[in-house]
Amino acid sequence: MITLMINGKAHQFDDDGSMPLLWALRDVLKYTGTKYGCGKGLCGACTVHLNSQPVRSCSLPVSAVGDGEITTIEGLSENGEHAVQQAWQQLNVPQCGYCQAGQMMSAAALLENNKKPSDDDIERAMSGNICRCGTYQRIKQAIHLAVELKE
Amino acid sequence: MSGQIENVSRRRFLKNLGISSTALVIGVQLPGLSLMPKALAASSDNAVFEPSVYLQIAQDNTVSVIVHRSEMGQGIRTSIPMILADELEADWQQVKVIQGLGDKKYGSQNTDGSRSIRRFYQPLREAGASARMMLEQAAANIWQVPVAQCQAQSGHVVDKAGARQLTFGDLVAAAQQLPLPEKDKIVFKAKQDFNFIGKENVALVDGHDIATGKAVYGYDVQLPEMKIAVIARPPVLASKIKSYDDSAAKKVPGVIAVVKMPDVEEPVLFKPLGGIAVIATNTWAALQGRKALKIDWQVNQDHQTYNSDSYKAALNNSCDNPAKVLRQKGDVTKALADADQVLSAEYYVPELIHAPMEPPAATAHYHDGQFDIWACTQTPQSAQNTVAQFMQVEPEKVNVNVTLLGGGFGRKSKPDFIVEAAYLAKTLMMPIKVEWSREDEVQQGYYHAVSYQKLRAGLKNKTLTAWQHNVALPPIGSTFSKGADLIGSESGLGLVDMPYQVANVSCAAGKAPAHTRIGWLRSVTNINQAFAVCSFADELAHARDLDPVQNLLSLLGDDRLIDLTKEQTEYGNYGESTDVYPIDTARLKNVVNRVAELANWSKPRPKNHGLGIAVHRSFVSYVASVVEVSVNPQGKIKLEHVWLSVDCGTAVNPERIKSQMEGAAVFAISLAYYGELTAKNGVIEQGNFDTYQMARIGEVPETTVDIVDSDAPPGGVGEPGVPPIVPALTNAIFAATGKRYRELPLKQYDII
Repeated sequence: MITLMINGKAHQFDDDGSMPLLWALRDVLKYTGTKYGCGKGLCGACTVHLNSQPVRSCSLPVSAVGDGEITTIEGLSENGEHAVQQAWQQLNVPQCGYCQAGQMMSAAALLENNKKPSDDDIERAMSGNICRCGTYQRIKQAIHLAVELKE
Repeated sequence: MSGQIENVSRRRFLKNLGISSTALVIGVQLPGLSLMPKALAASSDNAVFEPSVYLQIAQDNTVSVIVHRSEMGQGIRTSIPMILADELEADWQQVKVIQGLGDKKYGSQNTDGSRSIRRFYQPLREAGASARMMLEQAAANIWQVPVAQCQAQSGHVVDKAGARQLTFGDLVAAAQQLPLPEKDKIVFKAKQDFNFIGKENVALVDGHDIATGKAVYGYDVQLPEMKIAVIARPPVLASKIKSYDDSAAKKVPGVIAVVKMPDVEEPVLFKPLGGIAVIATNTWAALQGRKALKIDWQVNQDHQTYNSDSYKAALNNSCDNPAKVLRQKGDVTKALADADQVLSAEYYVPELIHAPMEPPAATAHYHDGQFDIWACTQTPQSAQNTVAQFMQVEPEKVNVNVTLLGGGFGRKSKPDFIVEAAYLAKTLMMPIKVEWSREDEVQQGYYHAVSYQKLRAGLKNKTLTAWQHNVALPPIGSTFSKGADLIGSESGLGLVDMPYQVANVSCAAGKAPAHTRIGWLRSVTNINQAFAVCSFADELAHARDLDPVQNLLSLLGDDRLIDLTKEQTEYGNYGESTDVYPIDTARLKNVVNRVAELANWSKPRPKNHGLGIAVHRSFVSYVASVVEVSVNPQGKIKLEHVWLSVDCGTAVNPERIKSQMEGAAVFAISLAYYGELTAKNGVIEQGNFDTYQMARIGEVPETTVDIVDSDAPPGGVGEPGVPPIVPALTNAIFAATGKRYRELPLKQYDII
C-alpha cells in the first residue's frame, strides 16, 4: 500500500508500484485532467508537479513518488484562479486544449522559479511541451500576461 | 445555399436529448449536397439531408444551441452559438451549448473539409432570425400592438413605444403557437448590428473547462465497471494471425482477458485492423500484457514489399508514365519545344501522419441489444453506421456521444477505433475503452500519401507559355477499393486548379499502389501539390529576373474567374458550386498584395535574411504567406516571422480564424522540418515523437494574420492556412542561401 498526496489529499494506492503516476492518476484515482500523449516523456502532456517541480508523470513510477506532494491541473487552484489559468482563458490560448493542462503545469512551475521570464527563459522551460494545434505564440503571450496578473 | 426550416417541436427524438416539451425549437434542414470530393466522402455518409442545427429556448430563459459538429480546436462550439445568438438577439450569458448525438436526423455531421461555417452560416442565421421574428410576433400578440413596435434586444423583446419588455423565456408559450416565417420573409440583421459575428471578444465556450482540467476528451471517458483495452495490430497492413501465445500476458496482474480481433479483409475501409486485444483494469496493465504477447503473423506478401527507397524510385518512374491526363489546355509538348527557356523540377513529400496530441480512443457499452458509445470522433454518423454494419445491428441501436477531440486533423474522421471498442464491449459484455498508444497512432494510421511530382515550364521572352505537372501518389481511393492505384478527387486539391495564366497546360497522374491505409490529413493533397506549384512559381521568378511578388502577380495574370469546365477538366471545388465559389484570380492577387504589404516586402533585410512568398486557394478560401528566415554562419536556418493574409469570405469568428492560421503555420513548419515516415518491409519505422518530431515552442516564429474584410460567402478556415506556408518557407530559404530544397523534410539537409 502506497499513500499518495495529491492536491493536498491522501490517496491509498495498492496497485503495481511500477505503474507510471500518469495511469495511477487517470485510471485508478480518476484525475483525468492529466493527459497521455506519448508515454515516454517526449511531449509533456502529462506534466504534473512533484514538490512544486514539473515532472512527466508518464515516466515516473508511483513507487518513486514517496511522500512527495503531487499537484495536478485539478489542484492548481480551486476554480481556475491561478494566474496562468486566468491568462490562458483571457487570451483564448487553447485550440483543442488537450495538451494545455501539461502546458499550464509547466508554465506555473516556471513562474514559481522565475518571476519574470524572458522569451528565451520561456522557450527553454516550455520546450518539452508539444502543442500539435500550434498555440505556442499565445502560450508565450499568456505566460507574460500571467506575470502581470500576479503583480 | 438554401435552407429549409421547419418547426419540429413535437418530434420524439428531442425527448431523447433531454429537451423539455415546453421549449420552442427551431430546426434547420438542408437539401442533400455533396460536401467533399467524392472519394473523400466514401464513408457511410448516405444521409439525404444536410446537417441540422437546433435552437431551444426554454421557459427558464435558457437558449440552448445544439452543436452538431465536432470540436477539435477550430472553435466550432463557440462559432455556431455566435451565429445563432446573434441573429436571435440572445444575451451570450443565457446561451448553453449542447453537443449533438450522432443522428441521421441532423444530416451529415462529418466535421472535416473545412466546411462547418461554410455550410451552416446561412442556415444558422435563418434559424436565429426566424426564432427572433417569432418572439417579436409573440410579444406583439400579448401586448396587442403592431409587430413593428416590438424589438428583440439582448434576450428580451422590448416595446419600442413603452417601457415594457418580456424575456425570451416569458414568450416561449406564445411563440410556440406561431407558424415559422416564410423563408423569403425572413429579415436578417444588418452587418453593422452584429453583436458576435465578426467580433473578436468572444471567450471560448470550453475555455474554463480546459483551463481547469475538467474538459472531457475521448481518452477521459469513465464508466462504471469499464475496462481498458489495447490491441497488438498487424505491423504490415492486412496481415493475419497464424498463431499466438497469451499465457504470459494473462499472468500480468490486472489483465482480465485476451481477445483475438477478426482479421481484416481489404478494402480496409473503416474496419478494425485485426490483431490481439489485451483487456485490463488499467492502461498500464494492458500495455504490459500486450508486451508479453507472442504473435506469429501471417504477413501480407504484397504489402511486405513496401520499402520507402524503392517506392520513391517507382513513384519517380510513374511520373514519367502518366496513366491519366487530368487537365489539358493547348499543346504543352509543342509549347515546350517552342520555348526559349525550359525549366524542370522534381518534388518529393514523404508519407505523413496526423499525430493529434490525443491518440484515438473510444468507449463502448453494449446492453439491451444496443451500443452506447463515447468517442473523440469527427464523424459520429459514420461511427454509428460502421459499428452497425460491423456488429450487424440497426444504426438506431448505436448511440454515439461526441466528446471533445484532442486534435483531429482528419484522423478522427475514420471510426475504426470505435468499431474496435464496440466489438470488444459485445464480446466481453462489459464497458470497454479502447486506447491507442502514440506508437499505434503513428504506425497504424490512415496516412497522408507519399508523393513524387515533376514539373516543367516553358518561357518565351520571359513569358510563361507552358506548364506541365505530373504527379504520382497512392490514392485515398485504395482505402475504399482494393487495388485502386490512381488518384481521383485529389486532383482538385492544388493540381488541376493551378491558377496561373498560361496558354498551354497539362496535368497528369501516374499509378501508385497503396501499401498502407491512405487517408486525409489537414489540407490533404494540397500539402504536396501546393508545395510543388508554389515552389516552381518561385523558380520561375528567378528565371524571369523578376521579384517574387511581381512574378506571382504576373503569373496570376488578369483578374478573371477560372472556369475549368471550359477545358473539360473535372474539378470538385470542395463540393461547392463554382457560381457561388469561383476561382477568382483577383482575390488571389489581393491576398498577395496584402501579405507583401503586411510583411513590408520591399524593406531591405539584413544580408543573411531571406523572404519567401506563396499563395494558394483551397477549401474555397484564399491564403497568401510570407516567411522570413535567417541563416547563421553554420548554415542553420532560423524562422524570423510568418505573415498570412486570408480571404475566407465572411469572417464569422476572426479570433478563431487567427488561431487557425497561427496553428497552420506551426503545422506546416512541423511537416516541412521533420515530416517523414518511412517503411521497411511494409512496417512503418517511426513510432513516437522522438522519431516523428513536431516543431516546438522555440522553433516557431511569431505569426501575424490579416483577414480580408469581405461579404462573400464564408470559405474554409481549418485547412487553407497550411498549403502556402511550406513553399513560402523553402522559397525564403532559397532567398537567404541560394539553395533550393525540393524534397522534404528539411532536417535531411542539416540546416535545422
